[in-house]
Amino acid sequence: MKSKDQLEVKINPDWCKGCGNCVSFCPTNVLALDHHGKSTMVNREGCILCGMCEKLCPDFAIWIGGKEDE
Amino acid sequence: MSKKNIKLMQGNEACVEAALMAGMKFFAGYPITPSTELAELSAEKLPRIGGKFIQMEDEIAGIAAAIGGSIAGLKSMTATSGPGFSLKQENIGYAAIAEIPLVIVNVMRGGPSTGLPTSPAQGDVMQAKWGTHGDHAIIALSPQSVMETFDITIKAFNLAEKYRTPVIVLTDEVVGHMREKIEIPEPGDIEIFDRKVPGPGEDYLPYRLEEGDIVPKMAPFGAGYRYHITGLFHDETGFPSNSTDNADIMLKRMISKIEDNREDIVMYDEFMMEDAEYAIISYGSTARTVRNAVKTLREQGMKVGLFRPITIWPSAEKEIKAVGRQVKKIIVAEMNMGQYVQEIERIVKSDAEVFHLGRANGEVLMPIEVVQKAKEVF
Amino acid sequence: MTSEIVQKYFRIENLPHIWCPGCSNGVVTRALTMAIDELGLDQDNVVVVSGIGCSSRAPGYLDFNTLHTTHGRGLAFATGIKLANPKLDVILIAGDGDVSAIGGNHLIHAARRNIDITTIVFNNNIYGMTGGQYSPTTPTAAKGTTAPHGNIDKPFDIAQLAAAAGATYSSRTTAYHVNQMVKYFKDAISNKGFSMVEVASICPTYYGRKNKSGSGVQMMQALKNDFIDKMAYEKLPEEKKEGKHLMGVFKNITLPEYTAEYQRVIDALQGGENNE
Repeated sequence: MKSKDQLEVKINPDWCKGCGNCVSFCPTNVLALDHHGKSTMVNREGCILCGMCEKLCPDFAIWIGGKEDE
Repeated sequence: MSKKNIKLMQGNEACVEAALMAGMKFFAGYPITPSTELAELSAEKLPRIGGKFIQMEDEIAGIAAAIGGSIAGLKSMTATSGPGFSLKQENIGYAAIAEIPLVIVNVMRGGPSTGLPTSPAQGDVMQAKWGTHGDHAIIALSPQSVMETFDITIKAFNLAEKYRTPVIVLTDEVVGHMREKIEIPEPGDIEIFDRKVPGPGEDYLPYRLEEGDIVPKMAPFGAGYRYHITGLFHDETGFPSNSTDNADIMLKRMISKIEDNREDIVMYDEFMMEDAEYAIISYGSTARTVRNAVKTLREQGMKVGLFRPITIWPSAEKEIKAVGRQVKKIIVAEMNMGQYVQEIERIVKSDAEVFHLGRANGEVLMPIEVVQKAKEVF
Repeated sequence: MTSEIVQKYFRIENLPHIWCPGCSNGVVTRALTMAIDELGLDQDNVVVVSGIGCSSRAPGYLDFNTLHTTHGRGLAFATGIKLANPKLDVILIAGDGDVSAIGGNHLIHAARRNIDITTIVFNNNIYGMTGGQYSPTTPTAAKGTTAPHGNIDKPFDIAQLAAAAGATYSSRTTAYHVNQMVKYFKDAISNKGFSMVEVASICPTYYGRKNKSGSGVQMMQALKNDFIDKMAYEKLPEEKKEGKHLMGVFKNITLPEYTAEYQRVIDALQGGENNE
């Protein structure tokens, strides 16, 4: 298991269909849709790594992963 | 030398005996006369050998569960009649496109709809080939006796396994319920074919045809090859493909695996055909009537012979064509209003004149009717 | 590039999937892999079966033994597989139309037999694949392409239907309540018998557009707001019960399981023969 400081929200824009679930249900409002309509992190410091975005992403395009992971 | 195993048996009973000898381990079906003995005997015998029987909630579920049993690796059978055969059609197509071995016994009765329960008929001959939607090849075998029901049921399982395909045993109420003496062969004297499965750790693509094989190898679910089966057109990986090129390749392979192996699949019988100038083509129980009529006609000096297809689909095209070239006229005798006669006409073309003798009122054809028809047209 | 759980249990080469933006099918399918992972099931031993429809495409993305069958017949195929090899963990994924209209007969009979199959219904209240026709779970007065003037049918309650027919486990959750969904999936798979988890899902493309339900996000928000646990519902004042839908566990009992009972028949017969 990785400790919290080794983890971060990761996004695969190729799979993101821009539904907005991650943005709307993020409890700390750290995500937004960019001008292509894809999910993007706008406040990494504010992210509490709760995983809500990952659970509600229908496209497996956003998840909590290791900072060092590919 | 051991004593011969002679028994008095019904056609339906012989079918189950043969299925068990062929390795049937799974039966799923739904009650319908005149096929019920097949379910009843399977229910009685299968659990004794560790096999499984299940009576499903309807005909569609019967064939679906049987396909499931086959996917899990067991030789599977379902049985039905008339209306039930209609209900099973969609999943016959599924077994065809997904290439799942399966034996479907259809004890034909009078139709359409509820029709004439449970008088005999041979009205499902065309349905056996074209009942499910879309292009596909199918194997259908039709026995004329209890002994032959036994033999072709073994053959049906072998063909299903060998060609990864649904095989239809197209019997009828007469053969299904008739009791005759049969000789049950020793298990060692019967050739049994089991589907080819991939070897351990093999790089397995579920629908890849390998050099020297007739069909792709088939792994049972749960054996460590995690793969996908679908009724959509699919490529070698088993996953759906919308490619028209792929669809073409796949469909042609599915059809040619059967059409190109007619030599192995096609069975037929001839009676007094050597010097025949006229032929009567007939199959199933009706062929017994015709055989009797042929003897009578011969006694009266007419050079008539019987050609009896045992494999109905794919048809004995080469042999039927030869019959057409040999004789001047052909009568096709069958218990329907004119079905297999169309296939005979297609094959024979102008080589011989083709007539039809048949009815579908629930009565079997009598030898005298065949004799009269022969005298009328030959 | 995706999460470890998706890499482990999905056929990455087949992704991204065909489902519309905002469709909750991906959420539910991923939650199923979470449950399988937490239960530690052997991937080679899991069979996922489906019929026809949007949700029935899920097995094609999942790295198990997967079977995409004919419309409505998934449970009948699954019954054959489970009876033929009871060691397999058999899961059915179905839509509301697939499992409660064309496949309704198979649902009640699989439940009645209490055969050890877990059925997960992605209930989006509409036929999505064919373009938005009303289904047996479309609410009365809601619209579909075949109910342009409002649906006059009364909807099925699938979880209660399965429970009444004999399922030994039956529950309902929503595509929004992911933690609860994972727990229900685990409980359903662990139950030795027929299990039903109905997941209230969303179809923004057809149901949403026809019924002016707003965006996918707004429909997810509605799942969050409108569904309430059946225990909590009882405690609500009458005026607040309006418009609420129940979720929770409706049935969780133990009864003899079909394939185990069949094995008893085999054992009795084979034991009997040996004694002869």
